[in-house]
Parts: sequence; structure tokens; C-alpha cells
Amino acid sequence: MTDAYALFLLRDYLPIVIFIGVALAIGLALMVAPFLIAVRNPDPEKVSAYECGFNAFDDARMKFDVRFYLVSILFIIFDLEVAFLFPWAVAFKDIGVFGFWSMIVFLAVLTVGFVYEWKKGALEWD
Amino acid sequence: MALTAGFFYLFATLAVFSAVMVIVAKNPVHAVLFLILTFFNAAGLFILLGAEFLAMLLIIVYVGAVSVLFLFVVMMLDVDFAELRAGFIKNAPLGLMVGGILVIELIMVLGFQVLKPGIAAQASVPIVPGASNTAALGRVLYTKYVYFFQGAGLILLVAMIGAIVLTLRHKEGVKRQSIAAQNARTPATAMSVVKVPSGGSMIPDAKPARVPEPVE
Amino acid sequence: MQAAAQIFSDYILPLLILAGLSAVLLGLLLVIIAFLLLFDRKVWAAVQLRRGPNVVGPFGLLQSFADLLKFVLKEPLIPAGADKAVFLLAPLATALFALSAWAVIPVNEGWYGKWVMSDLNVGMLYVLAVSSLGVYGIIMGGWASNSKYPFMGALRSAAQMVSYEVSIGFVIICVLLCVGSLNLTDVVNAQKSGLGTKAGLPSTLLDWYWLPLFPMFVVFFISALAETNRPPFDLPEAESELVAGFMVEYSSTPYLLFMLGEYVAIVTMCAMTTILFLGGWLPPANVAPFTWIPGVIWFLIKVTFVFFMFAMVKAIVPRYRYDQLMRLGWKVFLPLSLAMVVLTAAFLQFVRYA
Repeated sequence: MTDAYALFLLRDYLPIVIFIGVALAIGLALMVAPFLIAVRNPDPEKVSAYECGFNAFDDARMKFDVRFYLVSILFIIFDLEVAFLFPWAVAFKDIGVFGFWSMIVFLAVLTVGFVYEWKKGALEWD
Repeated sequence: MALTAGFFYLFATLAVFSAVMVIVAKNPVHAVLFLILTFFNAAGLFILLGAEFLAMLLIIVYVGAVSVLFLFVVMMLDVDFAELRAGFIKNAPLGLMVGGILVIELIMVLGFQVLKPGIAAQASVPIVPGASNTAALGRVLYTKYVYFFQGAGLILLVAMIGAIVLTLRHKEGVKRQSIAAQNARTPATAMSVVKVPSGGSMIPDAKPARVPEPVE
Repeated sequence: MQAAAQIFSDYILPLLILAGLSAVLLGLLLVIIAFLLLFDRKVWAAVQLRRGPNVVGPFGLLQSFADLLKFVLKEPLIPAGADKAVFLLAPLATALFALSAWAVIPVNEGWYGKWVMSDLNVGMLYVLAVSSLGVYGIIMGGWASNSKYPFMGALRSAAQMVSYEVSIGFVIICVLLCVGSLNLTDVVNAQKSGLGTKAGLPSTLLDWYWLPLFPMFVVFFISALAETNRPPFDLPEAESELVAGFMVEYSSTPYLLFMLGEYVAIVTMCAMTTILFLGGWLPPANVAPFTWIPGVIWFLIKVTFVFFMFAMVKAIVPRYRYDQLMRLGWKVFLPLSLAMVVLTAAFLQFVRYA
């Protein structure tokens, strides 16, 4: 590991680590404070799950619509698309017309997928 | 540098510990949370290698997107632990066989290959002097490695179509909002003025708004 | 003895200075947020012809601090059926992820250097990464409570936040194409020249990216509302449907940490809007009376202005229905922002660089 490189790590990332550390300390202090100073007097009614006046029928963690699952798969795909765009946008001046058309073809392929989704009704929420 | 070495051992230890916890944790949601911790530590290791773009991408894609999907799946599962335990004994020989083959393969890959001496020292040197590694990646990915790049695009397309074919089910009898139709409504199409003669019973037949489909 | 002094001046002292700077920055941020919270409530009250908080301190200025004290003295409850560790981890994670974005946000630049904890090369990616983590606090909180309302709120929220993140990504790509660097200070400095200077004017507010990228400015603003669960996109905590959504079971400071995380995320989004589209700390015109005011004041004014728009939207727009929310994200913003990426790139390729 070169010294210049270690210096870059030190300059760019050490402040972030320390900043997150201080933020964590503030968060923890706030979190712990009421457990130390506030009154704690739990009773069975207080610590039961909230419902509108009646006792809960069954476990709250139920099965849910497969559509949430579909949304998150589609999100992963578009997120990857965005991820591919980042280096392209940064190097945009250097890669010229070929790089430009290369990305347009990539986006066109994914737009085909997007149109398929739209036509199939995967973007409808019901 | 002592500091970088210290951070390396911190991230490496935490990564291995949380990877073990992924397998050991009884609750699948805890397992996914430990997996996320593993990803964070891997991102830290990437930063120590100088691959800051990859580190950020690891967090954006794996932690921000893929793990959300994992959490969804795990939360959706009705996991019956007794049933899982019962299957464990039955499938153990198969699992051991697959694991054994994997171990042999890993030994073959890592044991019989010799890295070029000094390559580890070059890993953190930027490819183009003065360029951030995001720009360096961008300069080759879309021109020199254009076929791999387009291949990635095709794989994403297949994934998109596959996801829809596998999971899309339309519910019956869902009322949907058509914004165009709503905005196109005018007083002429939305209401009719009916003249009702006073004193008589001559109320004209009102058209039912919706004719129910006959059930077959 | 010599060696100990050497270690102290080489290792311990810089760490202490960094920790002190972090503490000062975080303290200032939290105090500013305390007053922005009051400002939010005052704007909301004014729209509804009420006075808003006006008892604690002059004009109610100390209201947020009184609230803090109240939260700390309340009884912290953990539901019997909850997963205790995850239940307490969730608010801490929300607040921590939201706060950590501020390590890379620059607020000023001058002869004394850059006013930022870390002038990161990939600052924009870092902010995007950290803001995409906000969803975890909500999912973890909703799941760990083991109660129905929080669980539904968490599900809704997760799907909502990921839907709008894609358009935020595309908007950032648009700005990135114009700047060519992921460093946030470079983004602001690139806005010193633009449409206005082309026409022969000095550097003014016409150079900032809100003008050439106006559709993206609007998309970013609305996506930021959705990403931070602000009204009209506050479905995860829709009080008329889900009581308080994923926070139903929380009380005392765990609840406070959720609220704090939410407001910090909102101010982060305001700061990002300022940096990406409103020229960061640049004065509205680079001429005498405006340049006397330090950049950090301009930055604060702009952030407050964007926050004021957030507050006005909360006061005057009714809540979206879930299908409308998904439609807006996937069928309007996604194609629109994708098309703008292609348009911007084509313009730069064939007009600017050709």
C-alpha cells in the first residue's frame, strides 16, 4: 500500500467514520436516557399490541400481497440501470460518440422491458 | 499504516462474525439483518482497497435494494421451524456432498494458482493517474468492454420479464382509476337534466349506471 | 516521554479535533432542525388560521426543546410480543443513517477552504446510498413491533420508498452529466457559469441548474417528498388509516429518534435540492451587496426556502391514495426522468461537445 494512498483514505474516510461515531453516541445517549431517568411501570394492558380496543386475534406478521415482491424486484433492476449510468455520466466527455450510442442501446433494451411491464399491467396497483 | 491495518482487521472480523451469524441465527429476519451487516463490512473492505465506487455501489444495490427483497421474502414466509428441523436429517447427506465438492473446488482454485508477485501492491494504484476510479471505470466499460456491457443489459431484460412471468397475477374484479377518462368528463357526459312533470307519476326509466355481468 | 508526546500529537490530537468538529456540526444541525420543526408547525398553523405553538418562550421559540425534555421524561414501552433488540435498533438506525449523510454535505467554500467534514470524491453516491438505507429503520420497526398497523405501514413504506428512489437516481444522473463529477463541491462550482453567463451577464441565479433542468427540479422535489414520507405521500404513517403506521408501538425517545431521523432526512433532501439545483452557497447575483453576505448564510436561506415549500405542500395538498402513488412513481416520473437523461446526454453530445 502506497503512502499517498493511505493519506487519501485518512483525509476522505476517517472524518466520516468519526462523524458516524459521534452521531451514534448522540443517538445512544438519547435512546438510553429515558430508561435511566423516566418512570417505568409496565402492566399487561400497556405492553400488549395496539388494536382498536380488542385483543389481537392472531399473529400480526401475516402473509401479504406478492405485488410488494414484484415492486422490489423491478426496483433492483432499475437500480442496477442507474448504477450503470453513474460511471457513464462521469466519463461522458472522454468516451465520445461511441460511448453515447453504447448507452443508448443499453437503455433501449431496458425500455423494451419497461414497455412489456407496462403492457402486462405489472405497474398497475390493485 | 497502523490505522488502516486496524480498520482492516475490524471490518474483516466483523464480516466473518456476521457471516457466521447469518447461518447460525434461528430467526430468518435476524439472519437477513446480519447479512446486511456483512455487506457493510465488505463495503468497508472495498474502501480500504481504494475501490470507493464499488463500495458505494455495494451499499446502494445490495443493501438498498437486494436486501429489501430478501427481507420481504423472509417476512412473507410462514416458517415452520419444526418442519425445517425434520428435513435437516433427511437432506444432510446431499448437503454434505454439495459442500464437499465446493470445498474441493475452492482448494483447486486457490491452491494451485500462483498470483503474479507484487500484484497485491498494485491493486490500489489508480489505473489512470489523477482520475477517480469511477471515471476510470467509465472510460473502459462502455467502449472497450461494450459487449459485456450490452450482455449485462440483456440479462437485466431477461430478469425483468422473468420476474413478471413468475409473480404477476391479476386479481379479478378490481376497479381502477382512469385519470384520462375522469378528466375527459364534461357536464354533457356526466349528468342529464330530467324534466319531471309535477303531480304525475311519469318518472322516466333511469338507466342503471352499471349493468352487472350475467353469471354463467 | 518523547514518544508519548509524538503519538499524542500525531494520532490522538487530530482524532480529537475531528470528533470536536463533528460534535459542533451535529449540534448546530440539531439546533437548526429544532427551529425548522417549529417553523413547519407555524407555517401549517398559519395556513389553517391558527397561531401554532406560542407558549414556551417568546413566540413559542423554545417549543422543540420543551418537547425534547418531555420525550426524555416519558415512560419507554416495549410491547410484550416485540423482538426487543430489533425494536430498539430500528429508531437508532433511522437516526444514524439520516445524520451520517451530513458528513459529506458542503455548506460553503472560500479562502479558508471547504466547509465540509469530508470532501468525498463520490459524495453524491454516498448521499444516495445513505438515503436508500432509510427504509430499513421503517421495515425493522414495523416488523419488530409484532402488531398489525406497524406491519402494514412498514410494507407500504418500503414499496413507496424504493419506487421513488429510481427517479431520484435518474435526476442525479442528469445533473451529473452536466457536471462530470460526483463531488458535491464540484457540483456547486459548476453552477457558477451557465445560461446567464452565456448571455453576457455576471454569474447569477440564472446559471443554476433549476432553469435548464427545470422538469428534473420538479421531479426531484416531489420524489424527495415521497422518499422522506412527507405529506402528501405520508402513507406509512397515515393517521386516519393506520393510526401512526410503523411508529404505533413506539413511545418516549425511540419515537423521538424516528421523528428526528425523519426531519434530518427532510433537511438533507432540502440541502441536496439546494446543492443540485439552487447553486448551494452561491449568491443570487455575483455583484456587490449580495457578495458581502457569507456563503453559508445563502446556503441556510436556500435550505429554509426549500423547507418552506415542503411545509406548504404539507399544509395544502391532500394525501395520495396508494395506487395513485405507485402510478405517479412508475408511470410518470420513471419514463419522464429516463427521457430527460437521454435528452440531456444527446444535447451535451451533439450541441455542446460537437
